[in-house]
Amino acid sequence: MSSQSTIALGKARVGFRGRIQAIVAGRVAAGMPAPELERRLIELGFVEGADVEVLHEGLFGRDPIAVRVAHTTIGLRRREAMAVLVEAGS
Amino acid sequence: MTASSPTAVPVVALVGNPNCGKTALFNSLTGSRQKVANYPGVTVEKKVGPLTTPAGRAVRIVDLPGTYSLRARSPDEEVTRDVVLGRTQNDVIPDLIVCVADASNLRLALRLVLELKQVGRPVMLSLNMMDIARRRGIEIDTDKLAEQLGLPVVTSVAVRRGGTDALLAEVDRRLVAAEGATRTVWTAPDAAALRSAQREADRILAAVVKGQGGRDSLTARADAVLLHPVAGLVILLAILFVMFQAVFAWAQPGMDAIEACFHFLGGLVERLPLPDLLKSFLKDGLIGGVGSVIVFLPQIVILFFFILLLEDLGYMARAAFLMDRIMGGAGLHGRAFIPLLSSFACAIPGIMSTRVIDDRRDRLTTILVAPLMTCSARIPVYTLIIGAFIPDREVWGFVGLQGLVMFGLYTVGIASALAVSFVVKRLIWRGQPGEPFMLELPDYKLPQPKSLAIGLWTRATIFLKRAGTTILSMMILIWALASFPQPPEGATEPAINYSLAARIGTAIQPLTEPLGFNWQINVALIPGMAAREVAVGSLGTIYAISGGEEATDKIAQALSSQWSLATALAFLAWYVFAPQCASTLAVIRRETGGWRWLWVTFFYMLALAYVAAFLTYRIAVAFGGG
Repeated sequence: MSSQSTIALGKARVGFRGRIQAIVAGRVAAGMPAPELERRLIELGFVEGADVEVLHEGLFGRDPIAVRVAHTTIGLRRREAMAVLVEAGS
Repeated sequence: MTASSPTAVPVVALVGNPNCGKTALFNSLTGSRQKVANYPGVTVEKKVGPLTTPAGRAVRIVDLPGTYSLRARSPDEEVTRDVVLGRTQNDVIPDLIVCVADASNLRLALRLVLELKQVGRPVMLSLNMMDIARRRGIEIDTDKLAEQLGLPVVTSVAVRRGGTDALLAEVDRRLVAAEGATRTVWTAPDAAALRSAQREADRILAAVVKGQGGRDSLTARADAVLLHPVAGLVILLAILFVMFQAVFAWAQPGMDAIEACFHFLGGLVERLPLPDLLKSFLKDGLIGGVGSVIVFLPQIVILFFFILLLEDLGYMARAAFLMDRIMGGAGLHGRAFIPLLSSFACAIPGIMSTRVIDDRRDRLTTILVAPLMTCSARIPVYTLIIGAFIPDREVWGFVGLQGLVMFGLYTVGIASALAVSFVVKRLIWRGQPGEPFMLELPDYKLPQPKSLAIGLWTRATIFLKRAGTTILSMMILIWALASFPQPPEGATEPAINYSLAARIGTAIQPLTEPLGFNWQINVALIPGMAAREVAVGSLGTIYAISGGEEATDKIAQALSSQWSLATALAFLAWYVFAPQCASTLAVIRRETGGWRWLWVTFFYMLALAYVAAFLTYRIAVAFGGG
């Protein structure tokens, strides 16, 4: 899971393209219990194997980020995006 | 009305992701015949409209709030879940669920359909916005999709004549087959179930859809600018500037016209052969009271025109995205931005528009601080006091002192709103996790004039209904306070000085003494509860200045001779914070579904006002302004 090219989506910069490896909500200090965060991410289409691309980021702290997940664009904070592990490459 | 009674009108519920064009579809199906109300106990809007199917069957269509899952996370989504599952009492239980999906963005919708299928109620899928999907080269094999899902699938184009024929024909067929639907058992899916459902949806998607995946090129090009970290914020500010200009400048003729109408009505009443007391009730209580609220209708309509336009365009989600970090610093959600902005015109539409915020705590925080934004009703009061007490000279060589004070009052309003929300977040909801900011940024779409018109009409009628009920009763109460008891025969002072309002004003004198307020100010504050700017006219009445509000210059002269500078500044500070608006409080009660938050708002604002006025007065006196 932690191969060299695997990073947290919360650390990815604009232009990053990759594929979701895993959703690990437990490692994130998000504003909600880990199982709930995991379910919400899945409901917005963040599942293993989906292609992602970071499209935009905010001005302050480069936060939040807009991510293309398969066919949908989702805006979320980097804090929650830390739960999404992605492997670079398109 | 339940599904089990065979004579009842069948209910068809529209369920779908946010931004799937569900409301446009609903508008197209029911037109202006729709009714908007609140669900009992919650402030979620319920839209129901009648419809006659091609087979001549009368049907009720219910538009449910958009959701990604039946696993409800906000009051909106709870309503959707409860209606779908038939859990609501004495309310609509759908005989048929139509899942509406954006044909150009099917992935998340397919997972929702799979979840709806589990419920065990009759479900069908309508692929909406097929025209857009085709234009973008997306091909969907609907027969194969129906076969894979095991559900009927039709296509629809909500905005085109005849675009819903296939949908209606299928509704007819399903309703014949679907009689006798029963209550269902459903359990919230866990992460594993959601995952496998999304995998299944992805598998079906790959099998039946060709050409999906590319971004809409127009949206991509627009977002390159509109979501640019710097340019995006600049454009957002420019849009806000135009909105503000429009709300204040374009609304003026309409407001003038409404004022003239009510003035004319008041004049008519004046000439009627009626007892003075009845005349006063009709003119000052009824016509004056309702008029002082309805005068804001043009501002509200213009404001909502912009909000609905930006929402339909798909820009609102972007505005929340751009503002999230800035608002987040104060403990507010990115979506609180528009309601707070609206509150600069009037807190009433601002509080009404907090419905865009999903999370209840975030929404309550926004409602609590919205009245701190400087609404347009404060402007006449600020103008009067500033004109009377602040010298019209320039500081630093180029800035007008009067304008600077005005700007300062606005800034204090904004700063205190941010500070209060920060404190609320830290103290009241401490330990409760903040709602994460996660939302879909939909493709841009051209707004449909019909949907816009229906949306505006709905907002205006909601506002007018309120002005006619809750607000009207408050106005009558305030009029009564200022009118009873009547002055004795041969009274020399203005009538209000003999009223209950004057007695209250004198009674609370010990309380307001430390603020530098005299009893005349106390009395003016009571009718000022109807609407802040009414205090201007009341001060005129109390200081026995004839000519009412037209005589602002004379009132200013009277005040500058009778009040000290410290009193005037304390009065301004009071007006920044004081809960001086019965209508706002009434709307808070309506929108939060109870008295509790009304009182919370009232007392915290009163406390802030008292402290601010006290400090201002004492500091001003210390600097020789007493």
